[in-house]
Amino acid sequence: MSGHSTYEPKTGFERWLDARLPIVRLGYDSFVDYPTPRNLNYWWTFGGILSLCLASQLITGIILVMHYTPSADHAFASVEHIMRDVNYGWLIRYMHANGASMFFIAVYIHMLRGLYYGSYKAPREVLWLLGCVIYLLMMATAFMGYVLPWGQMSFHGAVVITNLFGALPVVGESITTWLWGGFAVDNPTLNRFFSLHYLLPFMIAGVVILHIWALHVVGQNNPTGVEPKSKADTVPFTPYATVKDGFAMSVFLILFAWFVFFMPNALGHADNYIPANPLVTPSHIVPEWYFLPFYAILRAVPDKLMGVLAMFGAIACLFALPWLDTSKVRSMRYRPTAKIHFFIFVVACCVLGVCGAKLPDDQVIPGVTTFQLMASDLNSFVWLSRVAALYYFAFFLVILPMLGLTEKTLPVPDSIASPALSHPAAAPAEATAAPEMKG
Amino acid sequence: MRRQAFLQAGPSLAARRHRRVTWVADTAVGAKTDPAHGEDPSRRDFIYIASMTAAAGGAVALAWPFIDQMNPSADTRALASIEFDVTKVGEGQQVVVKWRGKPLFVRNRTKAEIAKAVADDGASMKDPQKDADRVKPGKAQWLIVGGNCTHLGCVPTFGGGEYGGWFCPCHGSVYDTSGRIRKGPAPKNLIVPEYAFLSDTKVKIG
Repeated sequence: MSGHSTYEPKTGFERWLDARLPIVRLGYDSFVDYPTPRNLNYWWTFGGILSLCLASQLITGIILVMHYTPSADHAFASVEHIMRDVNYGWLIRYMHANGASMFFIAVYIHMLRGLYYGSYKAPREVLWLLGCVIYLLMMATAFMGYVLPWGQMSFHGAVVITNLFGALPVVGESITTWLWGGFAVDNPTLNRFFSLHYLLPFMIAGVVILHIWALHVVGQNNPTGVEPKSKADTVPFTPYATVKDGFAMSVFLILFAWFVFFMPNALGHADNYIPANPLVTPSHIVPEWYFLPFYAILRAVPDKLMGVLAMFGAIACLFALPWLDTSKVRSMRYRPTAKIHFFIFVVACCVLGVCGAKLPDDQVIPGVTTFQLMASDLNSFVWLSRVAALYYFAFFLVILPMLGLTEKTLPVPDSIASPALSHPAAAPAEATAAPEMKG
Repeated sequence: MRRQAFLQAGPSLAARRHRRVTWVADTAVGAKTDPAHGEDPSRRDFIYIASMTAAAGGAVALAWPFIDQMNPSADTRALASIEFDVTKVGEGQQVVVKWRGKPLFVRNRTKAEIAKAVADDGASMKDPQKDADRVKPGKAQWLIVGGNCTHLGCVPTFGGGEYGGWFCPCHGSVYDTSGRIRKGPAPKNLIVPEYAFLSDTKVKIG
């Protein structure tokens, strides 16, 4: 994609360095002269935003470790020490805690963008898989980080998640004991989670490099899903993408700052300001918002092992996606039926998220009692989550494989530049940058 | 063929080249397979297999300490059993004792609760067990069970759910007055730990 390098060292030092370590050339070819499709919309700015999130989490995290004590006896107090005593400790910690949520907002938008525009299809399968690996590492990192303050939600969240592995037949109990380093979640668990919470972000950074490498080999997808064919289809990364990414980052940082300064605990749980107590589980235990859809799938299944398998299966679907979607047309802009299913899928994910935050037997429509089915009233969040979970799996395992074979797609433009330049009828639609994706 | 490739590959010391030629000669004598295609066992193959096996065995042996270090340490395993004076628990009440880092429910059941548990012995259950098998003979009022939901380990609260026993707030499992799972995702009854009455009032758990 990038072709031969056009970098020309200007000073003597640059020439000297270029002959020994062409790192400036690498940066120039990747982020200055790199050709990007001319029609990228704002949904494409989240890759840059995610890099910003990772950098922010790394910097604030390394600072927090300077003041945090990884010990069951002192962890909670040391977090309070950061909040009350350390200079600007409150700011650094709120940036880190809310930064995790921002990271997940950005990654979910990034993933949905890939899903909508078919960015996982050949030749971008490895790029997509690396992204899935990053997402898995992010979830592991976020979970372990949430345990570190050693509050009630930290503790019982760790109990629930580690017990998931206990559902495995035969080896389950040995695995949970091994994860805990004892017969319950305790100090050894906290210490190893701390160690891994420090390690995993650097592994994420490593996989991000592979992700960007794979991206630069196959080139960026774009809203039409048509590969760039000539110079008319692309613009240089700088200034076009850098300025657009920079603007999107600024807007994103406003949202981030709004949470950090005005509602820093809105996405957290008050129970986590109570020190961990193994003898009492909070009356309403829920994970952080970004895990709620998976948590709802776990609870939707009445059997323990099957529930755990369904939850992991929901993530496994993402890995299999490049081979599940059979459509030859990449972008859903030209797939009218798939587009409808995509938006239902987004709604199903949001519904699962809401269900995950409610008690299973709470009523969806207050005051209405219907009839019992599988030991729960039909008007309950557990049944709503079953319906939504069914759609989630059907989307990946039935709709995408079948639809690709039967759907009548719209005509795909010959090139990225052609609809805007040569088709007068198509021009206004393209010029408004995918109005169907707004909102 | 690999061996020929070795011979042709790059400039090497005359002595090494000579040795390789000797090996080719060795294998050619007792060769059972077609020397142009087959891989016959030779001293070089033996060294490859032996060294790779030793390295793999060594890697596994070295990996084990790095894996096993995460298992419970000696001081954690040495957790003593506990003794508990059950007279502290009034009728119809329960005390939560910490045992091996986890809660344990010691419950003094009322006559009505026991009757209800016994009456349900024949009911359809996920993990069928008679109430009598969950208590010590003649001590039916004392129910001692692990205080962690068998689903994902939350601590159920007493008095919730429609079976008069425990309700788990995490995922809605309902246990009856015998600690048996009656509804919800949990697969097993609340665990009855190993314990014995040392006297009428003192119980040793673990």
